[in-house]
Parts: sequence; structure tokens; C-alpha cells
Amino acid sequence: MPGFPGDALVRARKLTKRFGSFTAVDAIDFDVRPAEAFGFLGPNGAGKTSTMRMIACASPVTDGELTVIGMNPASQAREIKARLGVVPQIDNLDTELTVRENLEMYARYFDIPGSVARSRANELLEFVQLHERANDQVEPLSGGMKRRLTIARALINEPELVIFDEPTTGLDPQARHLLWDRLYRLKQRGATLIITTHYMEEAEQLCDRLVVMDKARIVAEGSPLELIERYSTREVLELRFGDAERASLDGRLDGLAQRVEVLPDRTLLYTDDGEKALDEVHRRNIQVQSALVRRSSLEDVFLSLTGRSLVE
Amino acid sequence: MSAATAPPAKRSFANSLRPATHLFHRNWLVYKRIWYRSLFFGFLQPFMFLAAMGLGIGGLLARTNPGAFGSVGYISFLGPGLLGATVMQTASFESTYPIMNKIMWGRNYEAILASPLSTRNVVIGELAWIGFRIASISTIFLGVLAIFGITRSPLALLAIPVATLMGLGFSSCLIAFAATQTNDIGFSWVYRFLINPLFLFSGTFFPLTQMPQPVQVAAWMTPLFHGVRLIRGLILGTLDLRAAPWHLGYLLAFFAIGLILADRSLARRLAS
Repeated sequence: MPGFPGDALVRARKLTKRFGSFTAVDAIDFDVRPAEAFGFLGPNGAGKTSTMRMIACASPVTDGELTVIGMNPASQAREIKARLGVVPQIDNLDTELTVRENLEMYARYFDIPGSVARSRANELLEFVQLHERANDQVEPLSGGMKRRLTIARALINEPELVIFDEPTTGLDPQARHLLWDRLYRLKQRGATLIITTHYMEEAEQLCDRLVVMDKARIVAEGSPLELIERYSTREVLELRFGDAERASLDGRLDGLAQRVEVLPDRTLLYTDDGEKALDEVHRRNIQVQSALVRRSSLEDVFLSLTGRSLVE
Repeated sequence: MSAATAPPAKRSFANSLRPATHLFHRNWLVYKRIWYRSLFFGFLQPFMFLAAMGLGIGGLLARTNPGAFGSVGYISFLGPGLLGATVMQTASFESTYPIMNKIMWGRNYEAILASPLSTRNVVIGELAWIGFRIASISTIFLGVLAIFGITRSPLALLAIPVATLMGLGFSSCLIAFAATQTNDIGFSWVYRFLINPLFLFSGTFFPLTQMPQPVQVAAWMTPLFHGVRLIRGLILGTLDLRAAPWHLGYLLAFFAIGLILADRSLARRLAS
């Protein structure tokens, strides 16, 4: 589709959100390209939700530029929202309506004719595997089912861009995997997805590209693999020590890895060959309670960029 | 022409109406499951009130103090006043807890505002719905008054739009207030110090001339007083044509101010 500056579906330049003297989003730049899954990874309070709310035309931009599907949220909110789907952080289904009514009523807000709404509701209930609960009330549904219904509702207008704010927060692992599978299929169909999350696993699984946010700013940008290559090593050796050994570690880990990160519960050694580093630990006669060699993740990228863990 | 160069839509009042009907429809979808119950109580409540107070207390008054309420008797004085007071109470309730629920407990408005609807559409849609509710309550109430033989003029039918206008004034002001609140404690203050005193001291149960001068002046400034004056005049056929435009003007201004406040307040709360 022509007409998007730089072919970006969402384009932000020096995008800023302030609430009084508090700066929630501090002059960030990013481009979301059509048909990609774009992630905002960062801890709670990093400014992810404020950014999402500005894109979704739910919160006015304080400063800087923002273009969504080629339009300006300040003057064309209605037109933008007609082509957007939003899955909020906290479920906001209509608990006074049934599962099906939630979808059909929401369709009406988009001026979708009743017959079209009914057939779309059927398809979407099938897609999120809730067709058997179509006539049930919303309240007794499980957390995972409510999330899926919220996703179905966000798709009722066949949006070009779907925004997911912390889509799996609070879900058990099984519900989370089912949800990831649905998001993955959505992406296969060519939808553009924006996903915020503080789960690095989620970002790695779903996002083609992502930005890492911390304290209202973007601190890094790239594909999950690029970010890991740029900011971390291939492997990580995780060590846990007894209290006595911990106290006498001073300098004994020097030269074992490219970088050493000491966390309250464990010590991380960043190296391209974890097994070799572990052999060296044993050779130096350092007493470890447990040792684990794993591949680097986005969690390590975040740690290396900010010195803190994602989930605290 | 690409979307990038499309002109921004006009944000006129008229453009706010069509999307607002969707909100009305949503409320109807919920209400239609209980409408018969709601209408039954809408009938039962005034029926019992008028039977107890109108015939009971009114009967007593007629014996001890005949002529205190002129030829019409106490029940005819009470009936129209009670209609106004009931509309005020219903409008107030509908504009406090349910609105707060949709703002913060159930977060309905967050979902609705993610669709093309704006906060202005929401305000107009909710007021249209509440207007419909109080108009239907007024209609039933008027029917009960007719059963008791209280209605004395065909103009009585005009009491329905007047009561609805007054109710919408309360409704819009309270929606504006509800949108500033972060819990429901403020509502109990509104009921204790605003709605209940109005209910008692706005010429509903007795003529205000019974009260000391300052109370009369205070009552004169309240919307319920003006609403009840108009409603009573229309139902009993005793409308004071010189005063009527002022009462009506007051109610129109009350609603207009409420509408502006509600529009601003909801936008500040939900789109900041």
C-alpha cells in the first residue's frame, strides 16, 4: 500500500508522553513495518503501555511525531481506530453480555452490518476455540479463555494492525502456549502485530524485531538474534555458590569469561563456550552448588544493557 | 487519494449521534432481559407510595385540616412532586455506580474507546439511554397518577419530557462528577447531602411556604424545585404561565452545563 512514509505502518520520531512533570515516554524513535511482529520489551514502568496507548489513539501525544497507518492520531483517531485491533493488559470484556454478544456488539461499534458480524463472530470463535462457549456468560470463563475472547474481539474489524499489551501476563504456561500459537497463526495470515511484554521468552518466540525499553527510553533495537549477538555471548554459565564460597570468590573468577554478572541468587559468566568455562571453574577448585550452561537470551541482553533483570 | 491525505473528520455534534446509538443499543441488550421486572417495580413503587401517603396521610389531613391543599387534596399535591423526585433519584443512581463501573471496575469504556467511538459518543449514548429510562418511568408514573384520578389536564403528557429534561440535568452533572472519582465514597456524600435533602425539601411532600425563609430561598435555587413546579402545573392544569418559561429555562441551562461538564470530565479521565 503506497503512501506510508518510509513504508512504515507506525512511525515515531522523538515521541514523548508526559503526565505533569513525569516523563513516561522520552523522545523515542521506531518504525513498525507492514506484516512484521514488532515487540516492546522492558520491565514494568518502562513506558511500554504509554507508547501503546498513544498508538491506539487512547492517549494524546505530548511531543514529537507519530503516524499510524499513514494518519495522525490527533486528528484522525476515528479513522485509525477503525483499522486497529487492541488487546489490553487487563481484560475489559463486557461481563453483562454473553461470549457471542461481546463480539457482535463490538462489531456494531465499528458499523459492521449484523449479518457480517454474525459470520465473523462464528469464524473468530472457531479461531480462538471458544465456539462451544458461544452462548455462555463471560464471567465463568478461565483467564486463558477470556484472553482468547478479547483477542477475537480485537479481530472483529479485520484490523491491519493488532496491538497486544502484555498478552500473556497472569496466564498459566499451558494457556500461554495456546495463545502464542494463535498469535503465530495471525502473523502467518499477514497481520502486523505490536506486542509489549516483560517475558523475554515471549519476545523471542513471537517478534521479528523488537526494541528494548528502560526508563522511558529505547536502549536497543534489532531482531532477537541480532540483539543477543550484539549485547551478549553465545552461551551463559550460571553458577550458584554456598555462602562461604561466595564470600571468598574475590578475583577467582577473573579471566574465565568475557563478562561476569553477579546477581543476588546466582552468578552469570558470559562466554562463547560454557563447558570450557565450567572445566576451568573446576580446575580452579571453586566449589559450586550447581552449574548450568545455556544459550544467551534476551534476558541477558537486558541485563547487559541495564544491569537489572527484566522481572524483578 | 491515499489515507494519508484524507481530511480529518468533522467533530460536530451531529456526527456524534450515530456512533452514540451503538451505546444505547448495548444498554438495551442488557436491559431487555429484565425490562418487565423494571417496569413492574416502576409501577408498584408509586402505587404503594400514593396509596400509603396520599390516601393515608392525605385522608388524615382532609379530616383535621380540610382545604389545606385546596380543592385537589393532598394526594394530588403529592403525586406530581413524587414523580419529579423519583425521576431525580433514578437518574442519579443510573449516573453514578453504573458509570463508575464502566470507567474503572468493568473497564467497558476502555474497550469501547478502542473502537471508533469517542468519549463524546459515550456521553451522548449514555445520556440518551438514561433519558429513555426516565421517560419510561415517568410514563408509568403518570399512568398511576391517572388511576388515582390525579391528572386533570391533557397537558399532563408534557410532564414526561419535562421530567426527562430535569433527570438529564442531574444525570449529566453526576456523570461529570463520577468521572472525577476513584472510588464510590463520593457517591454516598452526594446522596446524603444533595439528593436526599432535595427529595425532602423541594416542595415534594409539602408546600415550601411551611418552611422558614432561608430554606425557601435555598430550595428555589435547586433544579428539583423548578422541575416539580412545572410537572405539578402541567398535571393539575394549574401552570403559572408567567413563571413557566423561567422554570424551563433553568432546567435547560442545568442540562446544558451538565452536558459540557460531562463531556470534558470523561475526556479528561479516559483520554489523557
